[in-house]
Amino acid sequence: MNIVVLIKPTPDITKVKFDIEKGTVNRASTNLEINPFDLYAIEVAKRIKKLFGGTIVSISMAPPQAEVALRDALARGVDRAILLSDRRFAGADTLATSYTLASAIRKLGSFDIILCGEKSVDGDTAHVGPEVAELLRVPHASFVTQVSRFDKDRIVVESDYGDAYYEIELRLPALVALSRPLMFLGETVEPSIPKVGDVLRARRAKIEVWSADDLKDVADLNRLGILGSPTRVVKSYYALESGREAKVVRGIEGVSTVLQALKELGVL
Amino acid sequence: MARTVLVYVEVSDGKIEDHSLELIGKARELATKGGMDVGALVVGHGVRELARELIYRGADEVHVVDDPRLGTYRLLPYTKAVAHVVGATSPEVVLFSATVVGRELAPRVAARLRTGITADCTDVDIGSWTDPLSGRVYENILYQIRPTFGGEIMAAIVTPQHRPQMATVRPGLFPIPQRDETRSGRVVEWSVELDEDSLDSIEVLEVRREMRKVDLKSAKIIVSGGRGAGPKGFELVRELAKLLGGEVGASRAAVDAGWISYDHQVGLTGQTVKPDIYIAVGISGAVQHIVGMKDSKIVIAINKDPEAPIFRVADYGIVGDLFVVLPKLIEKLKQGRLPGGS
Repeated sequence: MNIVVLIKPTPDITKVKFDIEKGTVNRASTNLEINPFDLYAIEVAKRIKKLFGGTIVSISMAPPQAEVALRDALARGVDRAILLSDRRFAGADTLATSYTLASAIRKLGSFDIILCGEKSVDGDTAHVGPEVAELLRVPHASFVTQVSRFDKDRIVVESDYGDAYYEIELRLPALVALSRPLMFLGETVEPSIPKVGDVLRARRAKIEVWSADDLKDVADLNRLGILGSPTRVVKSYYALESGREAKVVRGIEGVSTVLQALKELGVL
Repeated sequence: MARTVLVYVEVSDGKIEDHSLELIGKARELATKGGMDVGALVVGHGVRELARELIYRGADEVHVVDDPRLGTYRLLPYTKAVAHVVGATSPEVVLFSATVVGRELAPRVAARLRTGITADCTDVDIGSWTDPLSGRVYENILYQIRPTFGGEIMAAIVTPQHRPQMATVRPGLFPIPQRDETRSGRVVEWSVELDEDSLDSIEVLEVRREMRKVDLKSAKIIVSGGRGAGPKGFELVRELAKLLGGEVGASRAAVDAGWISYDHQVGLTGQTVKPDIYIAVGISGAVQHIVGMKDSKIVIAINKDPEAPIFRVADYGIVGDLFVVLPKLIEKLKQGRLPGGS
């Protein structure tokens, strides 16, 4: 089975700095790591490989320093890691990003299943999975919390629609965006910690870096990066200024403050 | 043809979803500002009866795709139907609710039409924008406003040249427009060719509606514990939540430590909540957590570190040891209840 995992190397958003003037992330301010949701995709890929054999290829679009994250992916069980890195990919919105990823998948040849996390922690759009699926003309399921059946050509998944769960049968090839908590054939899926041996092996492994030129047989280069992005970020500002001013008290006095507040709010 | 702001309307059990009505109201506002009409698009089976209601709520024209094969929501045929009507009517703007349906359907439609889409907007507006590079002025275009970068940053996004300008908009943020039975509008029925392939490659086997065991999204009161609480502190957090008739929340650190399950997690990688009262116990207030609870009406924070960032988003801050404050608070609450027995 040919398994593709989409991995977004993301900054640790609790540490990274944002350049409010430019409206961009200062990527030099922190390391890039595997988007937490994508760890579940790697885990599911490994389980599928265990059942059917095959290879797991990961595809990422990121600047060169994302290599560290991809070595982590290799240590976790990905067989082949491809990094799409080129200035011409930069400034991409979800459409151009999806087009670039879909083009790379086309270049790989055939695939049976594409796995990704439901969203990234930095962009938080959850749109790239569905857009990749659309550009490759395959069905997809989003917000999947359970893979309950897995056959060679069809799978059954359960998606969390908020007020209901949908049990959906998908014909392969297909794309599945994974949510959490997650079950795979009756077992809970949690990311596992890579073994030391695997980490060492991954340190020496090769990361394939593809540039825009490597995609020129499968892609229209005008649809990549900022050139291929219909949307533009025109302004950004801090969101966390809440305008609240806390009434602060110390220690045990706090008890009467809370009780008083709860009374005023009509709870007591 | 008039320029149009089109709203994709979600229907559940034959009823128009409230968040779709909210969007009709918002679209009305945008349309008035930009000299446009409001369109509504409803897809399903037995949905043509809903057209009148959509007009009463503010739509000028309603596009209906009514087909027995569309009775249950199915991604690919719905994508086909929406892309077909949007392609044929060329609206300026298309808005979807940022529900699970919206967030999987809208990006597929956008990719099919090769246009831009902004996810999970907290507001949309109409205005003009000057391209700083070319100097070209775009009048009456859609400003798509959304949190990004883990919610710490708000970004305004435009789609200068591609049409339609598309966005999914977070539910629950705008009022539902009043019903006005004097309004009139146009109803357009469409029949869309649904190929067997799109009908066959995804099959919905079962739809299971169920109440959540942990219902943080509609909770009025949430008491949340963090790293500072520890497993012992969580017992107090649970007890306080129970006494107040609220739900128990948690920070990521507490979930990762295994003190409580993931479905209680509030924050970026958990749930976004906005209860009337949010009590944060032993939570320092990492951005990851704050973005998930900052829209709560009243925030009470209990933490021993006076510099903890949680106090910056709190209305009441208690600087103190939770193992002193909570037991006392619980005791008082219990005493308060004894006489009335309530």
